[in-house]
Amino acid sequence: MIHSLSLASLTLARGERTLFRDLSLTLNAGEAVALTGANGAGKTSLLRAVAGFIRPETGEVAFHDADANAIDPTEARARQVHMLGHLEGLKGARTAREELAFQAGWLGQVHGGVDEAVQTLGLRPLLDLEVRKLSAGQRRRLALARLIAAPRALWLLDEPLSPLDARWREAVGALMTRHLDGGGLILAAVHDPLPIPARSVDVGAAR
Amino acid sequence: MSAVVILFRRELALAWGGGGGPLLACGFFVCLTTIVPLAAGGDLATLRPVAAGVAWLALALASLLSLERLFERDLEDGALDLLALGPLSLEAVVAIKAAAQWLATGLPLALAAPIAALALGQSIDLAPLTMLAALIGGLGFAFTGALGAALALGAKRGGLLIAIVVLPLFIPPVVFGAGALTRAAEGLSPWPAMALLTAYVLFAAVIAPPAGAAAIRGAQG
Repeated sequence: MIHSLSLASLTLARGERTLFRDLSLTLNAGEAVALTGANGAGKTSLLRAVAGFIRPETGEVAFHDADANAIDPTEARARQVHMLGHLEGLKGARTAREELAFQAGWLGQVHGGVDEAVQTLGLRPLLDLEVRKLSAGQRRRLALARLIAAPRALWLLDEPLSPLDARWREAVGALMTRHLDGGGLILAAVHDPLPIPARSVDVGAAR
Repeated sequence: MSAVVILFRRELALAWGGGGGPLLACGFFVCLTTIVPLAAGGDLATLRPVAAGVAWLALALASLLSLERLFERDLEDGALDLLALGPLSLEAVVAIKAAAQWLATGLPLALAAPIAALALGQSIDLAPLTMLAALIGGLGFAFTGALGAALALGAKRGGLLIAIVVLPLFIPPVVFGAGALTRAAEGLSPWPAMALLTAYVLFAAVIAPPAGAAAIRGAQG
């Protein structure tokens, strides 16, 4: 299991534009880091680099287990990393039940995981609806369900709470706390503060 | 349930759900082959020599239809990120998607092919061979098409681009497939051409997954 994530002097560029230089960051089990910065500072790109979608110009993303042994990044991303971006990866024409079943199964659900996710995120009344009929907040809850149904150590979250109302922000905050208590790691790009104690890292400052 | 089965079932559900893509491809295929006698005249003496060629051309065009949704939709709604973080490599994802495309579109088209060829005046004795050749060729269309769809990712008017990229790559299977049927119609052995067709399909099945996966990584970055 991933015990720590370390970014060593990471430089990211999109096209010709350098987003930030020499950003270093270590995240250990049980910790949450909130990435802040202006629009376009590179918060989302940083998350995508950790997920392996963007190759950094320089620097390295490394995953280590509890004994400080390096985990192969491909293996870590295939089994232990969740990424939830602006786009939730949900198909509008399919029902919430079908999409949840696919996402949870694909990402490695545990026994009873889907039921637990449905329970904690209040999805039961939505399951038979087509995804396109859901509101933005309902869609986000459905997308968050995969984090619960298929437990993985590192959560990469991009504005995870923005479409949620106060009640669900609090509930998701509780889920995050539980994840951290269980030795999980959270790296989230945010504008509003997270509802949990989190170290704040300003991405824009590393320009 | 293994990840392969989970993804394969999702791909089939997506292909059949919402609009019935395979039926659309079959309808298109039937329309094309019906237009030919109307355009060239219904005389069997004219049609019979070109029946195999026309049927294969129609098959190739009909195979293009649903390629656009193979990766483009997943890129648009973010599902491609989800697929990239799954237990299987992107290479395997491409191969599974191509295989599902074949089962969803290639198989119905292969069932329709003998009927279309029959309507163009091909002898009924050739129906089993036509279906077999369309089945094998369809697999080649699916893998080559998946590669083209991956290469066209993120481009505006991707559907048109896919057609331009993929159609030239469809030439070998069309030549071998139609050649096999023409030879059989002339009383010669179709198997040399069928062997070439199979060789092309194997080639496409080996090349498409790594090349397609590389194209997807490029589109994601």
